[in-house]
Amino acid sequence: MTYTMRDPTAEASPLMRERLPPPATLANRTIGLFSISKERSSEFLDEIERQFASTGATLLRFEKPTHTKPAPESLIADIIGQCDVVVEGLAD
Amino acid sequence: MVGDVLAEMAASVDLTIYSQDDITFPEQTSGAQDDASLEQSWRYRIESVPTIIKIVNGREVDRTDGWVRDEWRKLTELNALGEALPPHRPGCGSMSQYPGMPEKLALRYGDIMLAAREIEVTDDQDAIEVSYDRGWSDGLPIVPPTDLRIARMLAATSRKPDEIIGDIPPNLISCSIEKVAINAVMAGCRPEYFPVVLATVEAALKPEFSMHGLLATLWYSGPVVIVNGPITKQIGMNSGGNALGQGNRANATIGRALQLLIRNVGGGIPGEIDRSVLGNPGKYTFCFAEDETDPDWQPLNITRGARPGSSSVTLFHGDGVQAAHTRDSRTPEEVCQSLAASLWSVGNPKVAMQNGAILVLCPDHYEIFKQAGWGRAQIEAQLHQALKRPREDLLAGAGGIAEGIDPNITESMIDKFNPGYLLVVRAGGKGGAMSAIIGGWSAQRRKKEVQIVTQEIIQ
Repeated sequence: MTYTMRDPTAEASPLMRERLPPPATLANRTIGLFSISKERSSEFLDEIERQFASTGATLLRFEKPTHTKPAPESLIADIIGQCDVVVEGLAD
Repeated sequence: MVGDVLAEMAASVDLTIYSQDDITFPEQTSGAQDDASLEQSWRYRIESVPTIIKIVNGREVDRTDGWVRDEWRKLTELNALGEALPPHRPGCGSMSQYPGMPEKLALRYGDIMLAAREIEVTDDQDAIEVSYDRGWSDGLPIVPPTDLRIARMLAATSRKPDEIIGDIPPNLISCSIEKVAINAVMAGCRPEYFPVVLATVEAALKPEFSMHGLLATLWYSGPVVIVNGPITKQIGMNSGGNALGQGNRANATIGRALQLLIRNVGGGIPGEIDRSVLGNPGKYTFCFAEDETDPDWQPLNITRGARPGSSSVTLFHGDGVQAAHTRDSRTPEEVCQSLAASLWSVGNPKVAMQNGAILVLCPDHYEIFKQAGWGRAQIEAQLHQALKRPREDLLAGAGGIAEGIDPNITESMIDKFNPGYLLVVRAGGKGGAMSAIIGGWSAQRRKKEVQIVTQEIIQ
């Protein structure tokens, strides 16, 4: 005798993707510095930008409209389209 | 009595008789078709017995229930039918309408088609343990979501099971009413709570509530649900003694249903996307009703623009409960001053215009205001004044505390709360001047993006 329950979940199987290997060098790469828009995020990323300055990489800055919500898909698409590496920055 | 009438009818019209419990009746027509399964009763939507249905060319053209001689005569066109019987006798309730039976029959005969995947539980398994193993639980046992329980939950709304209520954060998964019902079953909700659960979910999904951020935050907060209006009495919610505590099924399970939905459909798992440093016990469930027994008091939902007489949920991004006790305050001004001092500790006593708060005003405090003739407006105005502190007391370093307000703020007196971010609600039992503070999420400082929301409950 069995009985059935119904699945309360999204019934979705997440797509597991392999991480890309880190680039051997950052020279001639594009690094996105992505602020999540918390107070002092920019301050944190300014420091990261200074530290990356000697790598020969091109640095681009991105910012979420608010840290309280997910980033808009268009912003994610921009980052994917333009960057080889992304640093996402938190601060508090 | 009716046996003779049916025999009389059988002699003149093409008559099929179904019986729910006795196929030997009526003897005069050699019995009835067996409908012990109630399939025909269900398909013909029989509400009481006897019901006579007139079918012409395969289509129902008329029906009557109980025994009303004139109605039967009109329907059968037999003008002398039942002459010996009294003119009227009421029928009995159909077994197909017994409590819980409509949902059982709707499932059995395909009127409710559930779409969620079936999970088989065998004899040697325990459904509750299976649910734990599958990660469906918040840590407490859940009610196994069987088809019948789900169907009974769905019967409490006119909304279709496959209707989409919205995208559940954090994974933004499209969610059907059926999935909400499944999680409401698991939370322990009775079907009559379901309209409140649906309104709670809709409120949480309003973009301005920022449920995604509330789930993902490091902060302690979770959704706090305040229910107003006549539905609170109808479903037996607690707004009195221990209203913020345990012991009331509706209070306990409505808030839990939202949390389980976010966990199970949205994928909001502590330690994963839920990054809370400590959380708070209200993240299991945090729901209570406002005490609306005093007609002089304007309920929270009406203050926030709801229609008088309507029921609503208001969702706040709240932490745990903090005491706001007074022992020696006797005047309304003294009470406000004392409560304001307690309210300043929300988030951090050196921080202003960041976290909001709910002040749950207990009956003994309210009595002091009421005797002075103060209503909501005057209480809120006095609190607003009492909640101002001099700028210099709040600067970084003042009082030996490193935290402080933004030094660019130039006003000489500083408000603790942004306008609209202190909710005053009445609840609790008598016997102590013991109000409560529910501190708010620090992201409430982002007034455009993080707002308190109110949603009408549609019954």
